[in-house]
Amino acid sequence: MLIKFIEFIGAVIEKPLLGLGRIMLLLGSTLKGIVRPPFEVRNIVTQMLQIGVNSLPVVLVTAVFTGMVLALQSYTGFKRFGAEGLVGSVVALSMTRELGPVLTALIVTGRAGAAMAAELGTMRVTEQIDALETLATNPVKYLVAPRFLSGMIMLPALTAVTDIIGILGGYFVTVLLLGSSSKTYLRATWDYLEIQDIYSGLVKACFFGSAFALISCYKGFYTSGGAEGVGRATTGAVVYSSMTILISDYFLSVWLFK
Amino acid sequence: MIELRDIHKSFNSHYVLRGVNLKVEKGESLVVIGGSGSGKSVLLKHIIGLLAPDKGAVFVNSTELSLLDEEGLKEIRRKFGMLFQSSALFDSMTVWENVGFGLKRHTHMPDREIKEVAVEKLKMVGLVGVEDEMPSALSGGMRKRVGLARAIAMKPEILLYDEPTTGLDPIMADAINDLIIKMREELNVTSVTITHDMKSAYKIADTIAMLYNGVIVATGTSVEIQNSADPVVRQFIEGRAEGPIKIEGRNR
Repeated sequence: MLIKFIEFIGAVIEKPLLGLGRIMLLLGSTLKGIVRPPFEVRNIVTQMLQIGVNSLPVVLVTAVFTGMVLALQSYTGFKRFGAEGLVGSVVALSMTRELGPVLTALIVTGRAGAAMAAELGTMRVTEQIDALETLATNPVKYLVAPRFLSGMIMLPALTAVTDIIGILGGYFVTVLLLGSSSKTYLRATWDYLEIQDIYSGLVKACFFGSAFALISCYKGFYTSGGAEGVGRATTGAVVYSSMTILISDYFLSVWLFK
Repeated sequence: MIELRDIHKSFNSHYVLRGVNLKVEKGESLVVIGGSGSGKSVLLKHIIGLLAPDKGAVFVNSTELSLLDEEGLKEIRRKFGMLFQSSALFDSMTVWENVGFGLKRHTHMPDREIKEVAVEKLKMVGLVGVEDEMPSALSGGMRKRVGLARAIAMKPEILLYDEPTTGLDPIMADAINDLIIKMREELNVTSVTITHDMKSAYKIADTIAMLYNGVIVATGTSVEIQNSADPVVRQFIEGRAEGPIKIEGRNR
């Protein structure tokens, strides 16, 4: 009975643990690939453009509407007890500490993470990754390291843009649509926003960027089973990355804001 | 030049290779035949270190692959060129960038010169004027030839062919056979080919080895294999459904 139970537990946790181990090994060789010359400059630039520049339009739309709805909702709520002057701080704090990094990470995961998994997955099933190895090229260094590095750098950059645009969106709604004074909004933003808020948001973004890139590359890199496998890898990349972002966000918040 | 000693390999609970012994001499053309799913590709991947054996050892020029670190393995791989079954061209690059990939990464040649070399290699495999195309614009036979041009770009000593004629029409298949022979004559390479195309095997092989049930069951020259009395070999080379080799998934 007891042995059966232990076997059951073992069977349940074996696969996740195996996956975790493999992803950590991939992380190790990725980090090695980043710091060891020769540096894959061309691939890094391409990936930065892919993740950063190409995600910009959708990130901008997300940011401006998030800022706007945040302002609208908090204005309505705060008005009930006469605190509408604080809308600016609510928008600024929510954007920099929480919504900026998390929403940007989720959007970029849906876009760039899915693309990474699909691209690497296709390269795996069409033997292109094997071909790289036969051409004496380390595929982790050549493919995964540039994507990981770009995710780690570009997500904070995009988050900074989201923060600013979100605050501007809030300004637009509060001042131009709801008729609050511009001075009040800006003062509420400046007076309550600390450098720590912005910085911790960017630290989160850096972690999210590394996490989604690593998970998406892992899913793509170890794809098997043809077109269906690529589809599974892509779905898995988005689901696991999003979960990781949302769950780690809580623990990062506990750590960063204690 | 290449030696496989008692190679065992299984995936999960599926036992694919059960003690393969094989030797390839310098300059020889060895063809490994066997049914689909018999582990031919797995065998080929062991030779270039894409897969590591569970038990046994692979030697290339008397160096055991499993004892090499990453750099050592890289060094050994530069002696190899491999043509993949699906060609495995990098679809984000043009044809000449594909062919020149190894040169770009392992030499300091400027792009202009790399392109010149690529065009020359493409000419060797009978392709002219396609260097600026993307691989997706090419037919299956052309992709195979680009794959071959890429495999020979770094002047390898050993060429590995993974089902080089599969999926091609008979005329294109024969053209690829001729190219394999040409590569051997002009570049003086050792080659290992896996295939189930017997016509191709007879044409390009010095030695044919048959893989069945995870072991090499017969080895010989083309003539010896053609005259073999072994019922397994006979069934395979004659392409009969009835015999000692059972078709997977069929009710008996």
